Amino acid sequence: MLVLRKFARDASGMAGFVIVALAALVALLAPWLAPHPLDAHESHPVQRLQAPSRDFPFGTDNLGRDVLSRVILGARPALTVALLVVGASMAIGVPLGLVAGYRSGWTCEAIMRVTDVVLAVPQLILALALAQLLGPSLRNAMVALTLTYWPFFTRIVFAETRRLKTAVFVEALQGLNAGGPRIMFAHILPNAAPSIIVRATIGMGFTILSAAVLGFLGMGATPPDPEWGLAVAESREYLPDAWWFATFPGIAIFLVVFGFNLFGDGLRDVVDPRLRRSR
Amino acid sequence: MLRRVLLVVPVLFGLLVLTFVLVRVVPNDPSAALAGQNATPAQIAEIRAKYGFDRPLVVQFFVYLRNVAQGDFGTSMYTGRPVARDIAQRLPATLELTFAALLLGVGLGVPLGVIAAVRHNTWVDHALRVVTVGGVAIASFWFAIMLQLLFAMALDVLPLRGRLGTALDAPRFLTGLYLVDSLAAGRLDVFWDALKHLTLPTVTLSFGALATITRFTRSGVLETLQKDYVTYATAAGYPRRVLIPVYVLRNSLVATVTQIGLLFGALLAGAVVVEAVYDWPGIGSYAVFAIFTSDYKAILAVTLLVGVVYACVNILVDLVLGLIDPRVAEQL
Repeated sequence: MLVLRKFARDASGMAGFVIVALAALVALLAPWLAPHPLDAHESHPVQRLQAPSRDFPFGTDNLGRDVLSRVILGARPALTVALLVVGASMAIGVPLGLVAGYRSGWTCEAIMRVTDVVLAVPQLILALALAQLLGPSLRNAMVALTLTYWPFFTRIVFAETRRLKTAVFVEALQGLNAGGPRIMFAHILPNAAPSIIVRATIGMGFTILSAAVLGFLGMGATPPDPEWGLAVAESREYLPDAWWFATFPGIAIFLVVFGFNLFGDGLRDVVDPRLRRSR
Repeated sequence: MLRRVLLVVPVLFGLLVLTFVLVRVVPNDPSAALAGQNATPAQIAEIRAKYGFDRPLVVQFFVYLRNVAQGDFGTSMYTGRPVARDIAQRLPATLELTFAALLLGVGLGVPLGVIAAVRHNTWVDHALRVVTVGGVAIASFWFAIMLQLLFAMALDVLPLRGRLGTALDAPRFLTGLYLVDSLAAGRLDVFWDALKHLTLPTVTLSFGALATITRFTRSGVLETLQKDYVTYATAAGYPRRVLIPVYVLRNSLVATVTQIGLLFGALLAGAVVVEAVYDWPGIGSYAVFAIFTSDYKAILAVTLLVGVVYACVNILVDLVLGLIDPRVAEQL
């Protein structure tokens, strides 16, 4: 409760939470919120590239589709990708970090060296190469992002586990003859959870950005899906005249990522007051 | 320090294995892709034999290792030229861009961070915080396009793409950095044009770095400001304009400098996107091109190169850290 109250006092963290909650709501209700939900896949060449107006507040795109509707409909794939990628990365990275941190010897070495190798190249570059090799599609983009993101969780959980391994409560459990898996998952994991949650929150924003880049470069979502990065890529041919076509999907990306970052920042302050804000 | 350098070797070897496995095991048949859609099985087989795709993977890997050791990354299947030469030709463009972005990020980010810390919890600090959290939330490809829209298309004050106007020739090769080479050649017109071409890509690329550097400098300075010696110096009447830039800043930069090393990775990844949008003739656009055309030798070489550069920069960062704070050097 104390944690919640503390978080509620943090204005920017709360603002982040509100943005994220709104984005989630938009994603859930997208088909009902969008004025022209069918524009996800239908095109109307007659009304192509119309400037923002009362009928189309964000204008229309090169196929005459309502940009506002497509921005709203794009929230769902963006958040789905973020949830699935971060979730899967945690599912892979967290247990590996626990095992590597708790055990020593070759298990630890093997896990951490693989982690080092994956982290030796910037995530986006590796993900790009992987996405292309698997063949461009949203599903493959998610696989590529997951395969390059899990080491971030392994690193964090490894460090936390190493720190907690020598804690008195762990020694006590060992003295009680508790099994390794039980100590790791039932006792160390809950203590490492705050750092994992903070990382996951910021990772959501980061993943939305990476997925948008993949979409933009043609390695992610495929037309006619209403994906934000893809929309910006499609708009380039029609600039500078159809500025609205490029502008609004980018603002949507910015807002959602901004929300996750503020939220994560606020969480970090609550979880670890020592780290003061913005560390 | 030597230990630090040696630690990189297994990582780089692992990287070689990883990229090789990825590129040779995962993909759609590169021979078929190269031969084109209308190729006969015989033609595909011929290409397979020519590029050694028919030999066992282990053999291919060792051939690759031997070649890499000799600096031979093979021939790009797309440009038909040695990958090493393609890269050597394009590397300076990327270096010029990333260094310029880093310079801008550090040059602005450190002072801004200091200001935010000194004016802790005032509106200046809050405003900078919104900018810094926002800075890492902007999709660089979108930011690039917005800058192009405004400065290149609407206002027409800066060039839209490329590294130099078509009317000008590249300056004589010295370092490959146009800004340096044009000055060395005494061509101010080329320098000016190159600078104008460099501006938008640099601003785009440095924005995220600027945000991160500001954040880390701020928290570093805030922490140092609470130290006893700062309180003492303030009480003794030391002028703040000496105290903060000289004594406080030096003790606050460890986290920032560490972050710069990590940022370099982000800058290299960002360069891929930025170069693609601005048609910047560097490694990033080469990588995108290689990935699009399944040019696996080029992909391997670029990935490896990025890994090596990234590792070197981080070793360099550790050295710099030792210079800033001798206590850090002892731990290495």
